[in-house]
Amino acid sequence: MVKINLDYGAATPVDPAVLQAMYPYFTEHYGNPHSLHDLGEQPRQAVAAAREKVAALLGAKAEEIIFTSCASEANNTALKGLAAASKSKGKHIITCAIEHHSVLNPLRTLEKAGFKLTILPVDRYGLVDPEQLRQAITGETIFISIQAANPEIGTLQPLPLLTAVAQEKGIPFHTDATSAAGFIPLKVEELGVDLLTLAGDQFYGPKGSGALYVRRGTRLLPLLEGGIQEKGRRAGTENVPAIVGLGEAAVLAREKMAARSSSLAALRDALKEKIFAAVPHLHLNGHPHLRLPHNLHVSVEFVEGEALLLRLNMAGIYVSSGSTCTSQALKSSHVLQAIGLAPELAQGSLLFTLGPESKAEDAPYVAEQLSRITALLRQMSPLYHKYSKGG
Amino acid sequence: MPYNEIIMDHFSNPRNVGEIPDADGVGEVGNPVCGDMMKFTIKVKDDRLEDVKFLTFGCGAAIAVSSMVSELAKGKTLDEAMQITNKDVAAALGGLPGNKMHCSNLGADALHKAIEDYRKRQAVPVAKTEESGGGCCCSFCDDDFDCPVSSASPGPTCEAKVQEK
Repeated sequence: MVKINLDYGAATPVDPAVLQAMYPYFTEHYGNPHSLHDLGEQPRQAVAAAREKVAALLGAKAEEIIFTSCASEANNTALKGLAAASKSKGKHIITCAIEHHSVLNPLRTLEKAGFKLTILPVDRYGLVDPEQLRQAITGETIFISIQAANPEIGTLQPLPLLTAVAQEKGIPFHTDATSAAGFIPLKVEELGVDLLTLAGDQFYGPKGSGALYVRRGTRLLPLLEGGIQEKGRRAGTENVPAIVGLGEAAVLAREKMAARSSSLAALRDALKEKIFAAVPHLHLNGHPHLRLPHNLHVSVEFVEGEALLLRLNMAGIYVSSGSTCTSQALKSSHVLQAIGLAPELAQGSLLFTLGPESKAEDAPYVAEQLSRITALLRQMSPLYHKYSKGG
Repeated sequence: MPYNEIIMDHFSNPRNVGEIPDADGVGEVGNPVCGDMMKFTIKVKDDRLEDVKFLTFGCGAAIAVSSMVSELAKGKTLDEAMQITNKDVAAALGGLPGNKMHCSNLGADALHKAIEDYRKRQAVPVAKTEESGGGCCCSFCDDDFDCPVSSASPGPTCEAKVQEK
């Protein structure tokens, strides 16, 4: 049976080299890095080495990296930690409408606690306007958080333009780079960011591995309090295998990023071409070229995304959708709402994310199946019947 | 897979898909804002549902619900068909996931609307049936409301609720 994963945004396989690097830290070197005896030595060195590797991916210093359990934790640590440390300076925070829930929800919690929140709109491609950012800044603004890339529509924000505005006013800038890390260059000096979130599981590292870059001198109170791990910035015994895995994934990302991204983009473009040729009334969402190399997001007019997803699954093709029906909460994607997509197009949205097992041969099969399934679902769609009758 | 075998069977091989061209009654519920939209057309002979067909824009559950309603209703008298509730449909499907009970389970309502439409055309007065699922479900909160024709606006009481959250 055919199995074509086009939902690598949900999960990526751990690279064999990453897994190899992790193994000894489950068994042979299981020690606690904080032990003073010999069992702590190897794990301590491994964590230090991983910190160097993640820092190198970002062009940062090792001491600027805090290991976390995931991107959500890194985002919460950054946002709540900055807010707690900056209370005396002001209470205003700026973000944008298409952030991940692990940014928006902590910020809404802060809003309930008395902080003022400005959520910047985005244009139809998902871009934040630097001028609008400038106008939103007040004397009370304590930080800005705007993502590097959108996990759904794949749009890349013009970070250097946005951070330049923040720097003029001396306001710390956090970016959630979870879906960008490993695929596009993220040198913190070039981006001009002060905090950056990433997670290993997005770029062939293990689940349960995340990191937060915090520029030296940035004041941040810890989210998890307890022991002195991560220099008191994140308590809890280090997940040494995950940290080692993240470090190894960062090395692979640094070595292979250019080749990896150009090959994924080529496969993605071929897939896009095939499905647009095969399926009428298809719409591209997100920016035509300022987008993640492995991301393709479309809306199939007149049909609903979950039905498409289930039918594609039956054909061995795995995708994701932003339709109301695919979300447990039965809410259509806030990202698609923010870019102003018509409700029926949001309902018919499909997200393809390519990954290490994606092949050129996949595209014709996917296009053929999508065409067949779309025709079948349109045949039973009252909206399509109405359209066909010219209504 | 979020759905059981009966639902997947009706989703994969939906019964009675289509639109009866010279239908005796037409019933529509939902809209694309909700995520689900159903249109039932019926053919009536001697007070019985001789034919039932549906068109559905919606998720797996919505398509399975429509298919099941059409099967349950076909051959029944109009009064019998009016007794079919959304709950019966969910039960016949072996149960729907909790979050789909509300929005996708509108098939019986669409069928009842088609029968009411038929009776209106025959000028037979009908008692108003109780709609068990509501017209439309707000995708922002859990409220039922009358479906707007073409609007992305949340339900009438939604904004206040969302603010509370």
